[in-house]
Amino acid sequence: MSATSAPITTTPPVTPPPVSASAKAKKRLTSPWASLAALVLAVLWTLPTFGLLISSFRPQRDIRTSGWWTFFSDPEFTMDNYREVLGSDSSGGLGDFFVNSFIITIPSVIIPLTLASLAAYAFAWIKFPGRDLLFVAVFALQIVPIQVTLIPLLTLYVDAGIAGTFWPIWLSHSIFALPLAVFLLHNFMKEIPSTLLEAARVDGAGHISIFFKVLLPLLRPALAAFGIFQFLWVWNDLLVALTFAGGGGTVAPITVALANLSGTRGTAWHLLSAGAFVSIVVPVTIFLLLQRYFVRGLLAGSVKG
Amino acid sequence: MFSVADTTGAKITQMLSAILLFVAIMGVILFLAGRVSGRRSDRAVAFAYLAPTVIMLAVGLIYPGVRTIYQSFFNAAGNAFIGLDNYTTIFSDADQLTVLRNTVFWVIVTPFVATGVGLLYAVLVDKARLESVAKALIFLPMAISFVGASIIWRFVYEFRPNQGNVKQIGLLNQVLVWLGGEPQQWLIESPLNTFLLIVVMIWIQAGFAMTVLSAAIKAIPDDIIEAARLDGVTAFGMFRFVTLPSIRPAVVVVLTTISIATLKVFDIVQTMTGGRFNTSVVANEFYSQSFRSDNQGLGAALAVVLFLMVVPIVVYNIRQLRASEAR
Repeated sequence: MSATSAPITTTPPVTPPPVSASAKAKKRLTSPWASLAALVLAVLWTLPTFGLLISSFRPQRDIRTSGWWTFFSDPEFTMDNYREVLGSDSSGGLGDFFVNSFIITIPSVIIPLTLASLAAYAFAWIKFPGRDLLFVAVFALQIVPIQVTLIPLLTLYVDAGIAGTFWPIWLSHSIFALPLAVFLLHNFMKEIPSTLLEAARVDGAGHISIFFKVLLPLLRPALAAFGIFQFLWVWNDLLVALTFAGGGGTVAPITVALANLSGTRGTAWHLLSAGAFVSIVVPVTIFLLLQRYFVRGLLAGSVKG
Repeated sequence: MFSVADTTGAKITQMLSAILLFVAIMGVILFLAGRVSGRRSDRAVAFAYLAPTVIMLAVGLIYPGVRTIYQSFFNAAGNAFIGLDNYTTIFSDADQLTVLRNTVFWVIVTPFVATGVGLLYAVLVDKARLESVAKALIFLPMAISFVGASIIWRFVYEFRPNQGNVKQIGLLNQVLVWLGGEPQQWLIESPLNTFLLIVVMIWIQAGFAMTVLSAAIKAIPDDIIEAARLDGVTAFGMFRFVTLPSIRPAVVVVLTTISIATLKVFDIVQTMTGGRFNTSVVANEFYSQSFRSDNQGLGAALAVVLFLMVVPIVVYNIRQLRASEAR
C-alpha cells in the first residue's frame, strides 16, 4: 500500500545540489564519523549471516568444536554439509522439502494473480450496482490476521477430503493473497487513461479482448511487483505450511523442515547452516535480480498477513 | 489428482494438472461471459470476473473468521458454551499474562528501534559513495525467511558450557569471553531472552524502514535543503528541523506497519525457542493452544485477541496513508 503513497525506487537518479563552500567544509567535518557509524551498522547487520555462511562450508567436527572465525586461521573447506542436506528425506536430507517449496509456491502465485487481475478489472472498469461497497469489503478483509481463519479452514479441508495434499496450501495462500492483490491491481488499473479503453471499445473490442490485449501488457510492472512479493511471502511462510502440511516430506516446504530440525536437533549446525542457505538462496537470487520490483512489491504488501 | 503425491515426478504432475484445471475453469468462465450480449452483458462480465474472488473470500476468510469468533466462547473440546471464560483466562492466568507482557515488549520495542536504526542508516548513507550497495546489505535480511533469520541468530546466541578447553562457537558468547566474562545461556534467561528474540525482528525490519525512509528523504525538495544550508544550519539542526518534519508521514507509516508485522510474529518464536522459557507471544500461543495443547476454545480466543489488537493499528495506518496521499 505504501507504494501508492510515494514514488519509490532503490536507485533514484540523484543530481547533487550545488554545494556552497561552507557546506563543503561542514561535510568534510561530519563525513568521517558518519561513514564510520554506517560501517559499524553494516558490519553488525552482515556478520551473523556471514558467520553461518562460513560455517556451512566447514566440516561437521570443526563447526562443533570451534567458532567460525577460526576458519581464517585454519581454513578447512567442504561441500559435505550441502550434499547431506540436499539428499532425500529418508537419509535425513531436506531435498524433498526443497522440491515441495517450489511445488507449493508456483500455483500459489499464479492463481491469486489471475483471479485478482480479473476482479480488479471489474472493479475499475465495469459499472454495476453495489460496486463500491463490494470493493470496500474486499479491501477491508486485509485486516483479518490469518490465525483467525486457520482452524475452520482446516476443518473444511478435512471434510472435503483434500487434507494432507498440496491443495489446502495452494488454496489458502491464494485466498490470503486476494484482498491485497485486488486492491493493488485496482489502484494500478485506475491510473491507465480511460481514453485508451474508450478507443478500444469504439473499435468493437469486448471486455475480454480489452483485458488481454490492452490492459495486460500495461499491467506487467504491477503484476511483477505483486508476483515477486507473493512468491517470497509463500516461499518464506511457516504458519500456513505448518498448519496444513504437517511435518513430513510429502507436502511440507523447507521452512517447516528447518523449523523442525531447529526444534529437534538444535545442535546439528552442519545441517542447519547448509539447510538455511539452501532455503535462502532462492529469495536472495530473486532479490538481486529483480531488486526494483522486489522493493516495490514488498512495500506494497507490508500490511499483509 | 486430489490424492497425495509422494514422488517428485508425481508432485510436478499434480502441480501442472492443478494449474491446467485452473486455466480451464477460468477459460470456461470467460467464454460464457463473452457469449452474453445485449444490455445486461456488462453485469454478466462483472459477475464472471468477480465470482471466483468473492466466493473464495467468503468461504476462506469471512466464514472461518466468524466461526473462530463463535468458537472462542466454547471450551477446549469445542462442545460446551462457556461464555467469556477463555477471555478471562487470557487476562488472568499467570502464563497467559506472561504472553501478553511479552507481546507488549515486542510491539513497543521493535517498531521504534527498527525505525530508529533504519532512519539513522538512511541519513548516514544518503548520497554517499556505494549507497546502493550499503543499502542492499541492510535490506537483504528482508528477503530471508523468518525461519532462516532465526537460525542465523540462534547460531550467534549458541552456548557452550564454560569448562576445560571447550570453545564457544556462538559469536555473542565468544565476544563475552574475549572481554573476560562468563558465557551465558542467552535463550533461557527470562525476560532477557524475549529481547534477544526481538533483536531478530529488528534485524529484519530495519531494512524495510531504511528503504521507505530513504525514499522519503530523497523526495525532500532540494531548495529547502539549500535554503537551510545558506542559513548555516548544523548537520543535527538540518536533521531535526528540515529532514524529520518533512518525512514525518513516512515515519508514522513505517512505525505502524512494523507494529502490525510484529503483532503477528510467530515464526521467530517458534524456531528460536518454541515458546518455551517464557518467550511466547499471542500469535505463537494461539498455535500452541490450538495444535499442541488441543485447547480449541482458548486458541480461538487468542486469535480473536490478536485480531482486536491489529485492527486499530491498521485503521490508523490506512488513515495516515490517505492523509499523506491527499497532500
